[in-house]
Amino acid sequence: MSSASKEKLKMAVYWGAACGGCCVSVLDVHEKLFDVVAAADLVFWPIALDTKYADVEAMADKSIDITLYNGAVRNSENEHLAHLLRQKSKVLVAYGACAQLGGIPGLANFTTKEDLFRRVYEETESTVNPDKVRPQPEVKVDEGTLEIPVFYNDVRALDQVVDVDYYIPGCPPQSERLLEVFGLIVSGAELPPRGSVIGAQAKPLCDECERKKTDEKLVKRFYRPWEIQDDGETCFIEQGILCMGPATRAGCGHRCLNANSPCRGCYGPTPDMPDPGAKMMSAIATSIDANDPADIEKIIENIADVAGTFYRFSLPKSIIRRKLT
Amino acid sequence: MKRYTIDPITRLEGHGKIEIFCTDDGDVENVYFQVPELRGFEKFCEGRPVEEVSQIVTKICGVCPGCHHMASGKAIDAVFGVRPTATAAKLRELFYMAHFVHSHTAHFYALAAPDFVVGPTAPKGERNILGVIGKVGVEIGTEVIKQRRFAQEIQALLAGHQTHCVMNTPGGVKRGLSEEERRDVEEKARGFVEFGKFSLKIFDDVVLKNKTYVDIILNGPYSLTLHSMGLVDDDNKVNFYDGKVRVVDTSGKEHCKYAPEEYRDFVAERVEPWSYLKFPYLKKIGWKGFVDGQDSGVYHATPLSRLNAADGMATPHAQEAYEKMYETLGGKPVHATLAMHWARLIELLYSAERCLELAKDPEITGTDLRAKLDKTPSEGVGIVEAQRGTLTHHYWTDKNGIVEKANIVVGTTNNNAAICMSLKKAAQGIIKKGVEVDDGILNMIEMAFRAYDPCFSCATHSLPGQMPMAVNFRDPNGHLLRTIRRDG
Repeated sequence: MSSASKEKLKMAVYWGAACGGCCVSVLDVHEKLFDVVAAADLVFWPIALDTKYADVEAMADKSIDITLYNGAVRNSENEHLAHLLRQKSKVLVAYGACAQLGGIPGLANFTTKEDLFRRVYEETESTVNPDKVRPQPEVKVDEGTLEIPVFYNDVRALDQVVDVDYYIPGCPPQSERLLEVFGLIVSGAELPPRGSVIGAQAKPLCDECERKKTDEKLVKRFYRPWEIQDDGETCFIEQGILCMGPATRAGCGHRCLNANSPCRGCYGPTPDMPDPGAKMMSAIATSIDANDPADIEKIIENIADVAGTFYRFSLPKSIIRRKLT
Repeated sequence: MKRYTIDPITRLEGHGKIEIFCTDDGDVENVYFQVPELRGFEKFCEGRPVEEVSQIVTKICGVCPGCHHMASGKAIDAVFGVRPTATAAKLRELFYMAHFVHSHTAHFYALAAPDFVVGPTAPKGERNILGVIGKVGVEIGTEVIKQRRFAQEIQALLAGHQTHCVMNTPGGVKRGLSEEERRDVEEKARGFVEFGKFSLKIFDDVVLKNKTYVDIILNGPYSLTLHSMGLVDDDNKVNFYDGKVRVVDTSGKEHCKYAPEEYRDFVAERVEPWSYLKFPYLKKIGWKGFVDGQDSGVYHATPLSRLNAADGMATPHAQEAYEKMYETLGGKPVHATLAMHWARLIELLYSAERCLELAKDPEITGTDLRAKLDKTPSEGVGIVEAQRGTLTHHYWTDKNGIVEKANIVVGTTNNNAAICMSLKKAAQGIIKKGVEVDDGILNMIEMAFRAYDPCFSCATHSLPGQMPMAVNFRDPNGHLLRTIRRDG
């Protein structure tokens, strides 16, 4: 996807430990993809182009105008490419929840590499592995030595490995937000200060939510979503269903809410409170129909999997960061 | 020994790498297809509330998230010992048919078509979706993008987000369909049916009327004699959403037919130290190594295997296309790997027809969306056909529905051994003494795994469809002699 024009923006898209959904979000600009290709030369995009690592290594430093790196850093290959792309790019963007916060793969920080390998390669009920064979970074076979990347114990967000210029949140980022950011860059307009979150809003998702909210202390207990019938129109939290809206940036188009599903925080924390757990605790406390801290604590205790819900997309960047081994 | 390293191709939910070892004479001795990535969902789903898992596992794959959402949703129903209401089951299947239309459309036009419409040895810069559009015209290209967009819009309507869907709840769905929305879906589904027929006509005109292509499909180095797996309904017709898994052997005879909860009696997975991805095989036959044939435990789970494993299609136009394919290719089962592309288009037409049937179903706008839960959660298995193979999710929970263990056998994983063998066979058939390995050679090797539409071709699912690929020529000491690469 390159053309002769030298004035065009040079852009790269790369994925680390990712699902491919961020790349699909680029595809989901649909007919507007033709506009993107007209304004930018994609010089590296493994999902779609032939450019390989050696080609990137051969590029001059800072020769790529903007790189969208999606996915977390899970193994040595992800890390190597993060460094390489930092070196080659003027602007490096952490694109999507995994690159920004660690994302869903970051939930692996609740466990360890050893436990994870044992489960996947030895204990899973369909696995037959009496010799307890495990993948190895280097293996000698009859014909030579085979190599695969080193699997790390920790999942990391991109800025825990290299300096990041901007963050575009979401799992995946909304294609509309991508087009807005892209339009801004192509127009040559001045970009926000480095380190900013772009393609999202500063206000919490609650400010955009169309559900009815009374702001009264109504919650007597929390329910799992299947334990009660959502009425389809009242604030989830006021119905006693955990929703991450108060601690999550707006910008996603509240699509999960449109489908009667509470927010799980993929757009990341709001700027005033970078730790979503702390923000949720205060938001919940104001909704609980109790004043005694002990009663409040009791009600919060019945929330299932508090850490795995509050830090669903952000464990590696949270104050918890990981389970201690 | 000469060694060619192809790295990176692109990912299987990450990355893929091919190592080709040749004798000093230049003949291929062995090929390894390595998957260098693991994320370990089986482990970190532990401790999560089971109803959340159906929204966590979508992140296994951003190209086929709907498959994980559905397999997981069914496993969760089983955990609660509940069956979804009639309307909920139909809404899920409606969503799922749109998911197939999106995925199969993207695969055929962005990934497969460049090899046939533009040509397997066409200039590499043209062998992508833009090249396809150049050949067939902007009007058709825009139509393809539009139909895929419609499929994404139906998914977003029913499941919140078109990619990371949040539709299912234990025993049902979270959102119903209004009559106005239903009419819109019906109109789009009518378009899908015409689009499905049109896509088969393109295949007919471009591929089947070209003797060279037919010869490559039938006689090229792309055929493996494998057992075939696929989900079937009560009449043994292809079904993507529900039914039993049927496996037919290399001669087409039924090897087994199992309900989801019986999967462990029939499928086992092997670990190799040189890949992070496991290798499933038929348990009753056992692992006999990377070999094909009746005595091997290796099977495939692809559009072609689904058609091989079934007695037909449940919708009329797809059935017609099904009969034509087997008539043309000499009867069932078919073992020509590249016929997977044809089978995929027959499935596209089936998905479209089924989507229309469901959109017209009076129950689809029902308001009984969730079955009552009155059992203590425990254990459950859910199976659907993902675009890339039979997908199994299995969860065990405590009495509060908190996951204690999870096991997942992913669609593409079924085909791991078959893909390794297909690559070896293609490489052996193509790279020989005296053959100048160039970009066309690389593409011919690539075509061997592209047919499987594996998740590492999420890549070429998208735009424009070409894998990054480079072959390093090394001397026996591993020193780099030269590199052949395809640039974008």
